[in-house]
Amino acid sequence: MKIHEAEARELLARAGLPVPDAEVATTPADARAIAERLFAQGASQVVIKAQVLVGGRGKAGGVKLAATATDAEATAAAILELTIKELPVRRVLVAPAATILREIYLAALIDRSTRGVLVMASAAGGMEIEEVAAKDPSAIVREVAHPHGGLLPFQARRLGFGIGLRGELLKQFCAIAAGLVKVARESDADLVEVNPLAVVQAPDVPGGERLICLDAKVTLDDSALDRHPTAAVWRDADSEDPIDREAREQGISYIRLDGSIGCMVNGAGLAMTTLDLVTRAGGRPANFLDIGGGARADKVAAAMRIILADSGVKAILVNIFGGITRGDEVAKGLIEARAQQERVVPMVVRIVGTRAAEAAILLREGGFETANSLDEAAEKAVALAAAGGGR
Amino acid sequence: MSILVDQHTRLVVQGLTGREGGFHAGQMAAYGTKIVAGVTPGRGGEMGLDGTVPVFDTVREAVEKTGANTSCIFVPAAGAADAIAEAAASGVTTIFCITEGIPVHDMVGALAVVQQYGAHLIGPNCPGATTPGVNGLGTKVGIIPASIHLPGDVGVVSRSGTLTYEAVQSMTDAGIGQSTCLGIGGDPIIGTTFRDALELFAADPATRALVLIGEIGGSAEEEAAAWAGEHLKHLPRVAFIAGRAAPEGRRMGHAGAIVSGASGRAADKIAALEAAGFKVAASPTELPRLLIEAGYTKR
Repeated sequence: MKIHEAEARELLARAGLPVPDAEVATTPADARAIAERLFAQGASQVVIKAQVLVGGRGKAGGVKLAATATDAEATAAAILELTIKELPVRRVLVAPAATILREIYLAALIDRSTRGVLVMASAAGGMEIEEVAAKDPSAIVREVAHPHGGLLPFQARRLGFGIGLRGELLKQFCAIAAGLVKVARESDADLVEVNPLAVVQAPDVPGGERLICLDAKVTLDDSALDRHPTAAVWRDADSEDPIDREAREQGISYIRLDGSIGCMVNGAGLAMTTLDLVTRAGGRPANFLDIGGGARADKVAAAMRIILADSGVKAILVNIFGGITRGDEVAKGLIEARAQQERVVPMVVRIVGTRAAEAAILLREGGFETANSLDEAAEKAVALAAAGGGR
Repeated sequence: MSILVDQHTRLVVQGLTGREGGFHAGQMAAYGTKIVAGVTPGRGGEMGLDGTVPVFDTVREAVEKTGANTSCIFVPAAGAADAIAEAAASGVTTIFCITEGIPVHDMVGALAVVQQYGAHLIGPNCPGATTPGVNGLGTKVGIIPASIHLPGDVGVVSRSGTLTYEAVQSMTDAGIGQSTCLGIGGDPIIGTTFRDALELFAADPATRALVLIGEIGGSAEEEAAAWAGEHLKHLPRVAFIAGRAAPEGRRMGHAGAIVSGASGRAADKIAALEAAGFKVAASPTELPRLLIEAGYTKR
């Protein structure tokens, strides 16, 4: 689950990491009050940042500077009117503008290959890390945190030296790098990315420079949300489609695509394979849908509602290989769903494995079109969709 | 012969007294797997599986009293990583974790304990492994339906569950039997990788051909392909990769893609496998034919 910059900032702040003295506003008047406070504390300018879960908000006009409280109010009003990549802006973050000397990239993330928490740093902050990796892979330094001890001090030093830091900044960097790993572990985050980690002027510290986490991106592990009740309320309802929400609440894994053949499958690998074979047979899948293991009739009916909510669906392919899932339960669910559904769409059903014989009897009695092999099912579904004007 | 599970497997089921654990233990026992113990903390002293299997509070006790050498974990997600660590620290050498939805940071810690004790972990979120035997019996650990198997000499390794069943069924239908079928699980962090599995199969004299079933995401297939190209020249090998038509970028945060290398697309994986001498199928139903084309002969 992605969370907004404002909440990511809060996670870093709770861990004692240096973040801007920012606050969230939902109205222009609130933005003005926050700006007044920041100016009173010595800010020369404030930055107003739209809180939306998409990239490119700066280009879309969602990040603006303001030099006075009145200016801040007007700017916040304008940004709160915006819709960025179809997402309405409901909140802005108001922060003191920083004078940036240099930008660093720093991230802690779960890495499949090393099977641990990987920490990556680069002196080329401010740009996308993929860009850095493509241009100059040697500019990125990496350490895998200790599985129980977190990022150890020598590892943090190696990263800091690796991107050319010395003295006071190195010390600050080491504390922040270890802190990101701590945040990742304690918040169950897949990704904690600070970009930029900015070097700013700080007359009050030795060396006259200081590091600050100017922007942060955090993704939380969906499997661990149960043990973070505060994080669960951070789910952005605006960025979630109602159908996606129903699927999530039903425990169904659903991704909408733009084709005409609705697919209902058990198991992610088999679901992907079903999409592949529909595509190979000349059709276009309308969705990825995995009903999971052991689905009962009511879950099958819910999956059918989710598929049919997409008006582009002209045919449905049901492909079930029973293991934990019982074929007869799926057949009952399909019969139940058909009795309830408002829109009639042709369907081809393939059920093999556990209780397939019982399922076959139910399907035959119900008059369902069936298929034996997966290839045959895909071809039939494509033909049915074509007959219905889809492809 | 086979890999990981066979007639010497002495299985402890962690979570035997639960609904899933109890049901699948019954299925495993019916197929011929020797289940010697169950573990449920607080339920020690009871008898599970219709009164035939002793239940212990700790895995250590189960190992000491029954000689269990393999574990199958059905413990709910919140406690499953701890169950893995307990099994490894108690002398179990082969650990299958069926549980799905384990928080990924928990797995980082559990895997370190597994490595410390030198155990083999398969999964989590995997269907387990089956070594088919004669007369419809054999050894299975996990949840793979017994009915799809035929004893033989083709090793199968897969990241998926039901897709594996599909592929194995198509082999069985074509009269091609399996030495061992292994599902390694689809989570971001797993114990046994494709490469580890290929190494195990390569050392098994009873395995005369290989089937690898991969998916988009990560770079485990590419890493396995690179190893296979060097070391498996003597074995006919075929593969299937799911997700050719899947949209990109729907699962991981953006920094994930670069550390995993070539970005995990199906086309990259297929190219890597073909370069390593695998024949890659466009549908699981083509696997039996491709095995024959790759030089495999039924015995």
